[in-house]
Amino acid sequence: MTLAEMQFVIPDLRPASAELFMLAMACGILLVDLFVKDKKRTLTFVLTQLALLGAAVITFMTSTGEIAYTFSNMYVDDLLGDLLKLLTYLTVIVVLFYSRGYVLDRPQMAKGEYYTLTLFATLGMMVMISANHFLTVYLGLELLSLSLYALVALNRDSVQATEAAMKYFVLGALASGLLLYGMSMIYGATGTLEITAVAERLYQGQANKSILVFGLVFLVAGIAFKLGVVPFHMWIPDVYHGAPTAITLLIASAPKLAAFAIVMRMLVNGLVVLAADWQMMLIILSVLSMAIGNLAAIAQTNLKRMLAYSAISHMGFMLLGLVTGVIGGDARFALNAYSSSMFYVITYVLTSAGTFGMILLLARAGFESDLLDDFKGLNKRSPWFAAMMMMMMFSMAGVPFFVGFFAKFSVLQAVVAAGYLWLAIAAVIFSLIGAFYYLRVVKLMYFDQPNDPSPIHAPFDVKLLMSANGLAVALLGIFPQALMSICAVALLRSL
Amino acid sequence: MEFKTFVFYFFAAIMVFAALRVITARNPVQAALFLVLTFVSASGIWMLLQAEFLAIALVLVYVGAVMVLFLFVVMMLDINLDRVREGFWSYLPLGAIVALLMVAEMGLVLGGNYFDLFENKVPQAAADATNVMSVARLMYTDYVYPVELASVILLVGIVAAVVLTMRDRRKTKAVDPATQVIVKAKDRMRVLQMPSEKQG
Repeated sequence: MTLAEMQFVIPDLRPASAELFMLAMACGILLVDLFVKDKKRTLTFVLTQLALLGAAVITFMTSTGEIAYTFSNMYVDDLLGDLLKLLTYLTVIVVLFYSRGYVLDRPQMAKGEYYTLTLFATLGMMVMISANHFLTVYLGLELLSLSLYALVALNRDSVQATEAAMKYFVLGALASGLLLYGMSMIYGATGTLEITAVAERLYQGQANKSILVFGLVFLVAGIAFKLGVVPFHMWIPDVYHGAPTAITLLIASAPKLAAFAIVMRMLVNGLVVLAADWQMMLIILSVLSMAIGNLAAIAQTNLKRMLAYSAISHMGFMLLGLVTGVIGGDARFALNAYSSSMFYVITYVLTSAGTFGMILLLARAGFESDLLDDFKGLNKRSPWFAAMMMMMMFSMAGVPFFVGFFAKFSVLQAVVAAGYLWLAIAAVIFSLIGAFYYLRVVKLMYFDQPNDPSPIHAPFDVKLLMSANGLAVALLGIFPQALMSICAVALLRSL
Repeated sequence: MEFKTFVFYFFAAIMVFAALRVITARNPVQAALFLVLTFVSASGIWMLLQAEFLAIALVLVYVGAVMVLFLFVVMMLDINLDRVREGFWSYLPLGAIVALLMVAEMGLVLGGNYFDLFENKVPQAAADATNVMSVARLMYTDYVYPVELASVILLVGIVAAVVLTMRDRRKTKAVDPATQVIVKAKDRMRVLQMPSEKQG
């Protein structure tokens, strides 16, 4: 085809309408905020929530259940993407409600940019979730990361936050470099960056295997960095600890969904022919993460740091589902394995949001409430919130009949079905070790005397959301089937 | 030896030499200037491959903008080099071992096939289109989505830079014309009546 024959066809914008709406709203709010005189930025807050709500409505209305490509096949709209996007909006909405009081108490953070950068980060996650091209995966990731770096550094007067932002930025840039290097190798071997086209060429078996595996190593390293699994986890504790808790909540929740999406797109959709290779790498990452995450969490006195190590171990556990999809070229168990992983990551985000939300709820101006000791005797100060926190901790530990138990159970049955009995035993042992530090929080709340016996004041909306969050953790544990089958259907219609 | 091959080796030799000088030059300004030389030689090699767009972009962006900015920073900050060099010799053995290990490992993985570099011929450019035109057409048609995304990333970069560096509104010393116009003489000047002092 010569250049003269090239015709420009305006791409079909309908599948990407939620992204377009989000971009327009983010730019609009950026401008509107210039004229907001109100110190509390109520208008910016309301507009941001409306933007997220509007995007949710658009995603829901335009969801057809069919796989649609647009922008020269760089963008894919499918049920998996729609589901993950809806959950992302929901998480960000909840995160903004939880953070509202914390942000208002800190004048450095109560700026309009807090809201616009959060929206841009959400846009980055949406791009990642819908990426069908290595280039768009990378650009979405950078959009998300760049917004998060700035958000971590937003509280400029805090030395800890600045240090965390610097570490996050430098290590994140390194990880992006690794990811790009891997992508360039895969491009060299297959001659395309489009994920579906890469998969096709690999099926035909023309590509040079040694270059592919060489690139795959870098790709997996880059992904591992972003997921924060051992040995690429060093940034997680420092960033979770140093960042303002409102930003930690954002980093620890919704981006995990987007990271799961790019793992599915790149490894499962694109490089499934190399499954035997990347599954081996992920097994090593997963076992190391569960070991180091759970053991290091025991030694922490800071709750945010403890939850950071717990995040490392949870991401390791989540990877277990991904390594059991294809066994010896047989993909019979793939749907079961991947949907259990997806269920795991969704429920982790739910629980993690609630836990960090609780830290935010107890924090006040000049008091972070992020030490384990700050949770002493919470039952005496507020029995209801103590009960919510207890459910969250039980769920993370995997105590039966909370959602975390079912998530762990479904991943484990996928592992056993795939024949990796030793892996399942290792996972159970590390989870048992992990249960210790979750239950220690429960012990502190119920059996110790509070340092500060004053009762807890929280706005009505936060109380309501926190209760809904805690009850969801409990109810989804009793009736997990609905969410489980939604995950399975979304994956079935998208892979 | 063909003339083109000679030119390639000429540029390549300059490039390797300049790259070595970047890391061995003691003076950071000299190092930065050698980096400029490296970029210019690299763009020469790209010219040989008929990738004139990349060659021009490299000179414009890296030599023209990034390196000049870098030189400004180096000159302005007046970095104390002895402190930067302090740990060099103590870190060198470990760093060298890690680097050699990685090179050896990569060599083992890739074996002797050198990625089949010489089997893949450089594609011939279409006769009726220049590099710049082809890139531009692709950028604004097939690649419009990534280009737009890159622009959003730049926007976030601007927003982040502003929000992280802008302190409270500075008290400016500029005069407000409106207050100047309505000012009266008696607001500015006070005539004091004092008894005159006798001399002597």
